[in-house]
Amino acid sequence: MNFNHEKMRKTSFKYLPKILLGLIPIIFFVIFYFLPVSAIFTRAIELASNQIKLDQLIPRIWQPLRFSVWQAFLSTFFTALLGIPAAYIFARFKFPGKSLMRIITTIPFIMPTVVVAAGFNAFIGPNGWLNVFLMKIFNLGDPPIAIINTLAAIILAHVFYNTTVFIRVIGGAWAQLDRKLEYASGSLGASRIKTFLKITLPLLRPAFISAFLLVFLFDFTSFAVILMLGGPGFATLEVEIYTQALHLLNLPMAGLLSGIQLIFTLLLTSIYSWTNHGRIFQLTARDPNEVEKKPDSLIEKLMIISIILLLSVILILPLLSLVIRSFTQINSISAEGEHLDFQFTLQYYQHLFVNERQSIFYVPPVTAIQNSFVIGLITVIFALLLGYLASRTLSMNTKFVRIYDALLMLPLGTSAVTLGLGFLLVFNKPPIDVRSFPLLIPIAHTLVGLPFVIRIIQPALVSIPEMYTQSAALLGASPWKIWLNIELPILSRAFVSAGIFAFTISIGEFGATTFLSRPDLPTIPIAIYRYLSQPGVMNYGQAMAMATILMVICAMAIFLVERLRLPGISDF
Amino acid sequence: MKNNQKYLLIFISLLMVLNACQVRSTPISNQNVMPKVLNVMTHDSFSVSESIISEFEKQNNVKVNFLLSGDTGAALNRAILTKNSPQADVFYGTDNTFMSRALSENIFEPYKSDELININDDLELDKSYRLLPVDYGDVCINYDKKFFSENKLSLPESLSDLVNPEYKGLLVVENPATSSPGLSFLMATIAEFGNNGYLDYWKKLKENDVVVVNDWETAYYTNFSASSGKGNQPLVVSYNTSPAAEVIFSDHPLTDSPTSSIISENSCFRQIEFVGILSGTHERALAEKFVDFMLSQTFQEDLPLQMFVYPANVKATLPEEFTKFISVPQKPASLDPELIAKEREVWINAWTDEVLR
Repeated sequence: MNFNHEKMRKTSFKYLPKILLGLIPIIFFVIFYFLPVSAIFTRAIELASNQIKLDQLIPRIWQPLRFSVWQAFLSTFFTALLGIPAAYIFARFKFPGKSLMRIITTIPFIMPTVVVAAGFNAFIGPNGWLNVFLMKIFNLGDPPIAIINTLAAIILAHVFYNTTVFIRVIGGAWAQLDRKLEYASGSLGASRIKTFLKITLPLLRPAFISAFLLVFLFDFTSFAVILMLGGPGFATLEVEIYTQALHLLNLPMAGLLSGIQLIFTLLLTSIYSWTNHGRIFQLTARDPNEVEKKPDSLIEKLMIISIILLLSVILILPLLSLVIRSFTQINSISAEGEHLDFQFTLQYYQHLFVNERQSIFYVPPVTAIQNSFVIGLITVIFALLLGYLASRTLSMNTKFVRIYDALLMLPLGTSAVTLGLGFLLVFNKPPIDVRSFPLLIPIAHTLVGLPFVIRIIQPALVSIPEMYTQSAALLGASPWKIWLNIELPILSRAFVSAGIFAFTISIGEFGATTFLSRPDLPTIPIAIYRYLSQPGVMNYGQAMAMATILMVICAMAIFLVERLRLPGISDF
Repeated sequence: MKNNQKYLLIFISLLMVLNACQVRSTPISNQNVMPKVLNVMTHDSFSVSESIISEFEKQNNVKVNFLLSGDTGAALNRAILTKNSPQADVFYGTDNTFMSRALSENIFEPYKSDELININDDLELDKSYRLLPVDYGDVCINYDKKFFSENKLSLPESLSDLVNPEYKGLLVVENPATSSPGLSFLMATIAEFGNNGYLDYWKKLKENDVVVVNDWETAYYTNFSASSGKGNQPLVVSYNTSPAAEVIFSDHPLTDSPTSSIISENSCFRQIEFVGILSGTHERALAEKFVDFMLSQTFQEDLPLQMFVYPANVKATLPEEFTKFISVPQKPASLDPELIAKEREVWINAWTDEVLR
């Protein structure tokens, strides 16, 4: 009894600094998440009175909720179908073009949906080049691929966006898994499948569950993809919230729907943190040369080639269609679209740099890129700092941690419209005023990026054997020195991966921040939307050109960061 | 001695600094050069020439700060949500479909501008002078000229014609629940066929394979055959000014627009945009000046090529592209703003049940 008490005191004392540091992300969360969201709910309830009739209400909630869950389930399933094999080959094999491929799979995250929709249309739309090509070859009267405005288009776009989550979250953990375990299992007579089910899967379970949950929540709250590629036959909760709040100005209804979305999310994240808890295995950091090998058997080679081909078709071709479109001038000779004359042109790029209408809101491309990058970098700093602190707290084994974990996931399941309006409601006077506090934009991005960052950093943090830090401390190293020389090198890969996630989320985010955007700080998505909001071939071409520039510059930035290794640190 | 020199130096430099401040601060207090800030909240489509804004700023010693706040609905939401601590002095962009709602929220102060004498009386819908008309545009069906001439197809002359078999599958419209031109087109059909007849009409349109998409961007850039998307529908719900934009934003010089709009009676719906002074402004005098400025000939002549809308000021001369390539409906459809505010949700839900379910 006495002994137990003593032990408890000791433990809580040991955890005290961790808890204090863990409070920083909580304070951030209370101010920038709970305050705005609860303000919106309070206002919605105030306004609600008795406008809402219950009998009409239930179908209006049930339908979008059912569809949100259903399409998220299907999308996650198909994303996993491509994502898990892709994660496996990225983690286990060396093949030519691997680092380029890894970067390209990240690019969809930064692309505004409006351009992605255009890319899909240029690729598989009724007059997309694949259909035109197939019609010519097989002499068909109708386009063979007709998936735009169907559930298939929604699923395809979600696979396009989220495959990278599987590659990075599961692939990251997989690369840390000691091959010797699998060899040992194999030499004891287990088949490959048995080894995967009994050894690999249990060890990678946290990473699997994390990836599934992240992708599911992303699909569950999907908005622009549903609107633009699914068409009017489909509505998720998020689409309904948008319509209710911004087109019908019915805040109570929007509040109610986003409340339901939030409860569902909370339910899901609670189950997640409950089942996932205490199941983290220590995976020692591995040298890539030890885990990655060249494919040797024919089957392995075939497998890699087919996965790469699939990734190329689903991820690269739509993006490439955009790039090609930005360099092509189309002159139709007949209205049927049969005789189109394609010409190479640079004029869309040239015109980006001219303020033709002398508009006060003209966005020079360089400025837009600069703004996007600065906001992206601030987001990375915030997200890594808070994500690291939160991860440290999460690696403690207390009950408090489970709640903490579930709460930090909530922004992913929160309606962007609700969060954006909440920001306006709460932050409209000094000291934090939307009009004069530009940090609110990276802060909103940080909220969305944080769950990803935590999912990547926390497993890496747990993987550091306590032996290392203890022996360093025993040898007289200061905590700072231990952090710098032991933790940081081991975590550097996770930091890079998490940082890239935060960066790409920030660059592409267009939900909550439309409410906060400032004309003096235009970003690339805003510039693209400005072009696409008016008719004219030139506007369309310039939007494609801007999207291409965004793609290329981000790919270069990610490439550099992935290459970057802190001096004196070997590549873990 | 050395020390004294040092102090002297410090003293002299201090004096110089003070003097410098003095020199600069004198004209500030005399001419009141320190500019005030005027906040103007508006939607993302707002645009204006840099030169005329800096002219206004110079004349009134003010810095105009624009808060672009999403689409019309989002911007209005922002103004309503923050009405207890207003974020701006002037709000531009309320249209006739949101007007009644905006007025009932009491977010505007009345202001009877002297410039109203030049404003088209038909557009002055708010008799309490809280919302003053700035511009208007007509949501009309645009058509691909080449398609109709090459297929020797006659143009639909009215909304009723669109249900005829020769136009099967040729029209793309936007979802009124998610798109503002989509809503306008729905209202045109309500004005034409009445509260009892419009759903029947939509039923027939649906049977005639009308294509519905969620947003104007998809309708225009993906489905419309005359745009850069080279889609499959030669008829699209857009604005009557789109043909001019096609010429101005072409990638090669054009002498004529590839598109035009159908402007028969009740086939277009007129959107009117208003400006108002937000209640609780601390810069009432400047806000009035800015409203005057928006109604003035200078701003009104700048409007068309910036936002592709028509000026409300009758004295404003139109740019050549507008007179050459745009046709203006003589009798656009219109509905009472109060009726719109009351029935909007009912109409949209009924439409959704009829067309999408």
